[in-house]
Amino acid sequence: MIRQLPTLLAFAALFAGGAAFSEELGDAEKGADAFGQCKACHQIGDGAENRIGPQLNGIFGRPAGSVEGVKYSRSMLRMGDDGLIWTYDTLDAYLENPKALVSKTRMNFRGVKNNEERANLLAFLRAYSDNPSDIPEAEPTATGTDHDLDPAILAIQGDPEYGEYLASECTTCHQSDGDNDGIPGVTGWPTEDFVVAMHAYKRKIRPHPVMQMMAGRLSDEEIAALAAYFRDLD
Amino acid sequence: MTINRRGFIGTGAAAAATLSAPVVFAAGHGKPRVVVVGGGAGGATAARYIAKDSKGEIDVTLIEPTRMYYTCFFSNLYLGGFKEMDDLGHSYGTLAAGGVNVVHDWAVGVDRDAKTVALAGGGSLPYDKLILSPGIDFVDGAVEGWDLSAQNAMPHAYKGGSQTELLKAQIAAMPAGGTFAMVAPPNPYRCPPGPYERVSMVAHYLKANNPTAKIIVADPKPKFSKQALFQEGWADHYDGMVDWIGEDFGGGDVSVDPSAMTVTIDGEETKVDVCNVIPAMKAGRIAELAGVTDGNWAPVNAADMSTKADADVHVLGDASQQGDMPKSGFSANSQAKVCANAVRGALTGSKVFPAKFSNTCWSLIATNDGVKVGATYEATVEKIAKVDGFISATGESADLRKATYEESEGWYAGITSDMFG
Repeated sequence: MIRQLPTLLAFAALFAGGAAFSEELGDAEKGADAFGQCKACHQIGDGAENRIGPQLNGIFGRPAGSVEGVKYSRSMLRMGDDGLIWTYDTLDAYLENPKALVSKTRMNFRGVKNNEERANLLAFLRAYSDNPSDIPEAEPTATGTDHDLDPAILAIQGDPEYGEYLASECTTCHQSDGDNDGIPGVTGWPTEDFVVAMHAYKRKIRPHPVMQMMAGRLSDEEIAALAAYFRDLD
Repeated sequence: MTINRRGFIGTGAAAAATLSAPVVFAAGHGKPRVVVVGGGAGGATAARYIAKDSKGEIDVTLIEPTRMYYTCFFSNLYLGGFKEMDDLGHSYGTLAAGGVNVVHDWAVGVDRDAKTVALAGGGSLPYDKLILSPGIDFVDGAVEGWDLSAQNAMPHAYKGGSQTELLKAQIAAMPAGGTFAMVAPPNPYRCPPGPYERVSMVAHYLKANNPTAKIIVADPKPKFSKQALFQEGWADHYDGMVDWIGEDFGGGDVSVDPSAMTVTIDGEETKVDVCNVIPAMKAGRIAELAGVTDGNWAPVNAADMSTKADADVHVLGDASQQGDMPKSGFSANSQAKVCANAVRGALTGSKVFPAKFSNTCWSLIATNDGVKVGATYEATVEKIAKVDGFISATGESADLRKATYEESEGWYAGITSDMFG
């Protein structure tokens, strides 16, 4: 219910803006490429699920921090309570510099500085919001877990008690309450995303030297244990 | 060092008990007792983890004289104007609320036969396991002409808090074109990149406020941590301002005269405006009083940080002699978790997992120009041994250096929250 009114308002604004505004709309196809940088954490399109971040179908017109089952930062929840609605303008500002709009957002992303790229991305996102009951077959169906990790590794059940001990090495930098000050929060991640990310560091596909070193000496079981522990940490 | 402050905070019955006597949770309840001396990166972390993970099965007492802990790590950023002193101060209230009995007093002796720790305020605390994490003290006579009585004229500023503030005030009061001198310490010492990050931060301040000032560093070492990165940064940001005199050029032949404010390096006397003397270091005195040191440091077993001298006395952080890890807050925090896990296992039978250690040291060279060095370590029979490591490269992009600095700020928030709750 709540969702309807702002959506209408947003569109009213869109149309009121007239031709000049519509010319600024980006190229949704190029936006699909640009979405590649979001895919590690977000899904969109048919069957999209919440991952590290919320699924993005119907993002236009949605109140900030309102998707059930997603672990949001306190900042994002507060912004939602204060009435932040995702519109073209608010998303544009957020994507340009996430922390300028929501200071302690868990979205550890530097932002898209290029105006054209951002417009393309917004056009792509909007295609999944215009009419949420008729989401186009996602082509590409954007998923957050593109990887070639052995399913046997993903199937390992981690020991959360061992994970808790191992995690004490992580919490020197990654805060256990999930805060995000220059170092991303790692609590509440879906197990698969956590395991995939850690193996990507271990295999030096992800670039960060500290994380490559830390993940480099963790066994498959240890990574599973950490994933099991951090998944349920509030 | 004088004993000038003591007091107690605690929760519930513990607080009431301290009103009558400083002996907390005396015998009778049957719970195992851990006493931790020193509330820094090693001690606060160990106390917090043992209390948190034992869920009330172990009585944990932390002895720390100061009510407000000012971190030594990031204190150089205060000198450079990037942090306020308030940003570096942390209280023990959350630890107390988390079940740690925090006693603000000095530990002045350890009776290892009776298994008690004597307090300056009188009385003593019994322990089943004792964890000493006292940080550093300075070796007497390490720099000719300097002793602790000269620390106001020539501050060391190598323990966080008032010394850091004093040094900053002296730098701010330098005359135009004045000279800042540093006497750097010999190995091993707390925070290997620390003196050179400090040179960078002082240079940063002077470049903006006193651009014709000079910096001289007398160093007894032929080389130092992150040397290529610092020297590249000094050339890029502070061209001509920093004169580093290493061992090869007589940097180890130093004496100072705190009343005349002169420094003599390799026979050449120089009048200076500020002189930061960082003497050779040794384990905090309580480790020596406990009889667990050998020379300047306390040798420990890598698997659980217990001392070679006494299996029920553990030493963490700067004071320990453990092998390959640098003396740093990160190292102490890492060692504390291994120790906490082992101590808890020994006292309650909880599962003891294998020791793993890691360290990363970030340094700031100029605005948004951060660098880092780090390594992972494992426990061997002889020592904590290095497994793998990395270091920032020279010539990195400005974006990467900025990200590294932002990461260091994230680490500061992370480790202080890991230490103090």
